[in-house]
Amino acid sequence: MTFQIKETPEIFDVVIVGSGAGGGMAAYTLTKAGAKVCLLEAGSYYDPADPQYITQMKNPWESPRRGASSTRPFGDFDAAYGGWQIDGEPYSAVKGTEFHWFRSRMLGGRTNHWGRISLRFGPNDFKRGSLTGIGDDWPIGYDDLKPFYDKTDKLIGIFGSVENMFNEPDGIFLPPPPMRLHEHFIKKAGTNLKIPVIPSRLSILTRPINNERGSCFYCSQCSRGCNKYADFSSSSVLVIPAMKTGNLTLINHAMVREVLTDQATGLATGVSYVDTKTMAEVSVRAKRVVLGASACESARLLLNSKSARFPQGLANTSGVIGKYLNDSTGASRSGFVPSLMNRDRYNEDGVGGSHIYSPWWLDNNKLDFARGYHIEYGGGMGMPGYGFGMGMHNNNGKYPYPNGEKLPAGGYGSRLREDVNRFYGAHIGMAGRGEPIPLETNYCEIDPGKVDKFGIPTLRFHYKWSDQEIMQAKHMQDTFEEMIIEMGGIPLGNKPGPETNYGLEAPGKIIHEVGTVRMGDNPNRSALNKYQQAHDVKNLFVVDAGPFVSQGDKNVTWTILASAMRTSEYIIDQVKANKI
Amino acid sequence: MKRRDLIKNITLTSVGLATAQVLPAQTENIAAGKPKKQKSNYGRTPDEVKRDEKLISETFFTPGEMAVITKLCDIILPAEGTSPSAVQVGVPAFIEFIAKDMPYQQVPLRGGIMWLENYSRKLFGKSFVAITPANQMTIVDAIAYPELATPAVSAGVAFFNLMRDLTLTGFYTTEAGFEDLGYVGNRPNNWEGPPAEVLKKFNF
Repeated sequence: MTFQIKETPEIFDVVIVGSGAGGGMAAYTLTKAGAKVCLLEAGSYYDPADPQYITQMKNPWESPRRGASSTRPFGDFDAAYGGWQIDGEPYSAVKGTEFHWFRSRMLGGRTNHWGRISLRFGPNDFKRGSLTGIGDDWPIGYDDLKPFYDKTDKLIGIFGSVENMFNEPDGIFLPPPPMRLHEHFIKKAGTNLKIPVIPSRLSILTRPINNERGSCFYCSQCSRGCNKYADFSSSSVLVIPAMKTGNLTLINHAMVREVLTDQATGLATGVSYVDTKTMAEVSVRAKRVVLGASACESARLLLNSKSARFPQGLANTSGVIGKYLNDSTGASRSGFVPSLMNRDRYNEDGVGGSHIYSPWWLDNNKLDFARGYHIEYGGGMGMPGYGFGMGMHNNNGKYPYPNGEKLPAGGYGSRLREDVNRFYGAHIGMAGRGEPIPLETNYCEIDPGKVDKFGIPTLRFHYKWSDQEIMQAKHMQDTFEEMIIEMGGIPLGNKPGPETNYGLEAPGKIIHEVGTVRMGDNPNRSALNKYQQAHDVKNLFVVDAGPFVSQGDKNVTWTILASAMRTSEYIIDQVKANKI
Repeated sequence: MKRRDLIKNITLTSVGLATAQVLPAQTENIAAGKPKKQKSNYGRTPDEVKRDEKLISETFFTPGEMAVITKLCDIILPAEGTSPSAVQVGVPAFIEFIAKDMPYQQVPLRGGIMWLENYSRKLFGKSFVAITPANQMTIVDAIAYPELATPAVSAGVAFFNLMRDLTLTGFYTTEAGFEDLGYVGNRPNNWEGPPAEVLKKFNF
């Protein structure tokens, strides 16, 4: 252990904290423009094409736990390290409230975990305050982001279909993959119920887009990282190409403690971090500081960057940092479809994730909740892993065998082989992801007296769902049941009711948290201006989902990417104009 | 690969994966929870490698307990046709690993075995593995059917459900399990939708 503070000799044009979607895009855009950039990542290096990291195409028997989730919350083969709990990096929640904070300590951050669902926010999603009287408008609209969504589509690649739906803007799409069999069933049920079911919009290359990246070979394992770079993760698509410019200095195992400022000018001068391998304190000097550490981590960093000049934390004159934390709602239900029993076998892996989804289709003015949700679907003849075949006694007594005979539930011996075979591919699942109302009373703050193993003060959360989210989940459950029954299926388990908030997942479980470093035109009510630039510190920017005023019912990654690109181009323009 | 060829070709390639071709001594080794040590080759972090090595070096179940687990696995999924049994593909060793990997499973498994042994001694005066096959099946039939079982044996039903769950998962996550199931994915391909005849069958 050394208490000497080291300092890097170079003064970088920009230092970026975090290598996920936002930090990765900033690193890519800025280095391509010629800036000398230092990128700090708290976790280890990772490259989905390097054999030492590869979990893709591995068979379940290569894992002694057959892929179970003992060390990684989404299973042994999931690419993402970390999870809701990390040794030595605690957080807490105020009694009676709950928040679960998922972190990935690795190059690319949480882009190693996500479902590649790449939805643009629609025009209405930026104007919820003025349209509904609940919540706030963004300081920008769809037209401000559209050029950057377009550029992101072309740079990264996305498949989808042109639908001309007003609040589901179309992008520049590669062809979507055809539907799987159960997806045909879902589409038909949706048509009968007047619920739209359209091709998913995923950042997966169904066609090659350049020579650096391959195209999808349909293993269904995007969550494991793609060794052909045929899907988007920040490491393969942004950071590694940025390194090839020669302008990027990537430092792994760098847990940032605070943003450093010049007390005379009030400008950011760099950051200090803990080298997690040696526990040495290091400071990096830079002319501009860009935070892409994730909504809560960037808020924590700013709140911890207290000084005589900034006693409430950096860029926090408004006192808004940490507030308006909001995560997507989530609820789900599964079903069993008897007509999908005894299926013909063929390779049905497809792309990683559902080939279809249902965008929000109703008018909230006619409903008892203010915001919409979309539905993601699961099912098919996937690869067995830990959990496969479990719970057989709940199902195998209910359905007769081809000879008309029924056997009592449970049992043993050769009937079990037949049961596994006849039920394979007959289960489907539905999950709603909805827009929450951002509330000032849902927040994260520095937990008094608590530190992590690096001595950095930790976060305490205060988060409660409101009736808006609970009633939305109730509506999801009604829709799921209707859809499953319309498919000729049987909803499984009991329908979640008020005792469980209709199956509404706890805050943080959907891993779409945003809003803790709000942008806005009024410096008294927001931390950042419409370019995600701090009102108080003009050479400080935030490029993760912290700046977002709301999140629509659209998974936020594509908007993080487009916004980070917009902010990076703004930085380039401001530097050229000698303003920062 | 034809099923017959598969059976011939399976070797002790990884933890818990043995085959119909495995010699009895090796089967015993696996059943005793001592799978062949292999170098991790699926993207583990250094911490994960350390954790797995530690778990693999430990022994949880006693030989007596492993004998009960092995017998139950054999009853739940015996060999059929050319498909090997759960024991032949190393499911008992998988269950041993799971008990160490997921400590919450330890009491239900160990306690379940104790319940079964006690029930066997009450009915037939001996350990479950020492009674006749007919008597073993008398006990299994009493606990294998949750909806028919008497409340007096509900603990046995829960244990058998757990054993059925772990045996099915353990078996179907092996190469032989893939073969039995007809799973033909996890390989590069060009997805063009379900085969035409499948779509036709459902009028799509």
